[in-house]
Amino acid sequence: MNVSDLPAPVERDANFNFAYLDERTKRMIRRAILKAVSIPGYQVPFGSREMPLPYGWGTGGIQVTASIIGPSDVLKVIDQGADDTVNAVNIRRFFQRTTAVEVTTRTTDATIIQTRHRIPETPLAAGQVLVYQVPLPEPLQKLEPREVETRSMHGLAEYGLMHVKLYEDIARFGHIATTYDYPVMVDGRYLMAPSPIPKFDNPKMHMCPALQLFGAGREKRIYAVPPWTKVESLAFDDHPFEVQRWSQPCAMCGDTGSFLDEVITDDAGGRMFVCSDTDHCLARRTADE
Amino acid sequence: MSAVVDLSRLAPGFAQPALDSQTVFRTCLDALADPGRVKHLAGGILESPPAGASPAAVAVLLALLDQDTPLWLGEGLRDGDVAAYLRFHTGCPIVRSPAEAGFALLAGGDEAASLSDFMQGSETFPDRSATLVVQCDGLSNTRDAMDGAGGWRLTGPGIREQAWLQVAGARADFPRQWASNRKCFPCGVDVFFASGLSLAGLPRTTRLEA
Repeated sequence: MNVSDLPAPVERDANFNFAYLDERTKRMIRRAILKAVSIPGYQVPFGSREMPLPYGWGTGGIQVTASIIGPSDVLKVIDQGADDTVNAVNIRRFFQRTTAVEVTTRTTDATIIQTRHRIPETPLAAGQVLVYQVPLPEPLQKLEPREVETRSMHGLAEYGLMHVKLYEDIARFGHIATTYDYPVMVDGRYLMAPSPIPKFDNPKMHMCPALQLFGAGREKRIYAVPPWTKVESLAFDDHPFEVQRWSQPCAMCGDTGSFLDEVITDDAGGRMFVCSDTDHCLARRTADE
Repeated sequence: MSAVVDLSRLAPGFAQPALDSQTVFRTCLDALADPGRVKHLAGGILESPPAGASPAAVAVLLALLDQDTPLWLGEGLRDGDVAAYLRFHTGCPIVRSPAEAGFALLAGGDEAASLSDFMQGSETFPDRSATLVVQCDGLSNTRDAMDGAGGWRLTGPGIREQAWLQVAGARADFPRQWASNRKCFPCGVDVFFASGLSLAGLPRTTRLEA
């Protein structure tokens, strides 16, 4: 899919303030973002607003993007790596309608990339901002449901519970069975949920030149990883962190190093593996021609 | 703090509040994500900032302050045009004690308050801490001396290897104060240095060697 294949741009609707949110809300979110960048990995509470789409559809990411976006930005929106899935299409239209910014599908052309559950395969550059949509910002929540407790665990950097959980995986399955939303330590201090990206993408967060912002709308939290920050996936000396590998290349572009989705092609068990990142796959195919 | 403000003497705020605040905020975000690197305001440039304040410092406060953010003003700014200007345009309460302030505007040489006098946040809520806008006489990323003193060497998140920053007119004991601020992590304050239309950010994660 090229930019020219995108649906015709939606007209800017002048009945909305620039980027939908009112100015006071944007200021509140902006102050939260600045504190989030200053305390990498710490979840800053913010007054999440009701958005014109339901929780779970990226309301946190949209509020973060709406607070940082300006008329000269170029926006890319992906949903599981794809530019043409329903969540991505809707969010892109929303920002066209409320800001009239230029949109793109090319990772290299974008200044802001809002993502649901993937980091693009193309390495990000300095000056770009990656905005994640986060359903569950608290990595410890499944182990300790009380927020008062998890907050004090973060305050004391007391993360033994998470190591026990990973150890129990090893005891039960022989390996760490967490494959997405794999917990990371940010700059050696805060335990952070990287949002449900596959653990394949975790290494891309480490010393990334781009700024990474995370927004959780329902849970009302914003957090950040500044550029050039150490992001370490939890592991044990005898069970080092490993990412997924596939036994076959992408059926469309032949890449052996990208994250592949399994696509069922018929009712007889036929299947193919293709790149989850549509822009990456297309760029490789057009480069071959 | 005078109760009556002479509106005829009050300078205008942003020409385009929504777009100018966004541009200024992005410069602030960029400054904190790239600590020490001197950034220049590309928009939100005030035609007539109040006397005694740098346009960049005032623009940052116009973009970020509102009724929810108590502001503390340093020596020489408290009773001048700056206080009336910011109160009128942002509606921020002006507080007398640095410990109550979410934001502060002060001169680089102001010795009325140290970094540790401001709101530090707590172990459980480190975000409830002050953001300081410190006005100075000049900012530079060169390593060699600008006014006799050498640059500060910066390392930490946001900096690939190292960065150099020189702040003309900062307090001589700033590096020592910053070291104690760094030691409090995750608590501590965050600082923007402002001079003319330039800004440099120091998030609390940055390590500074004089």
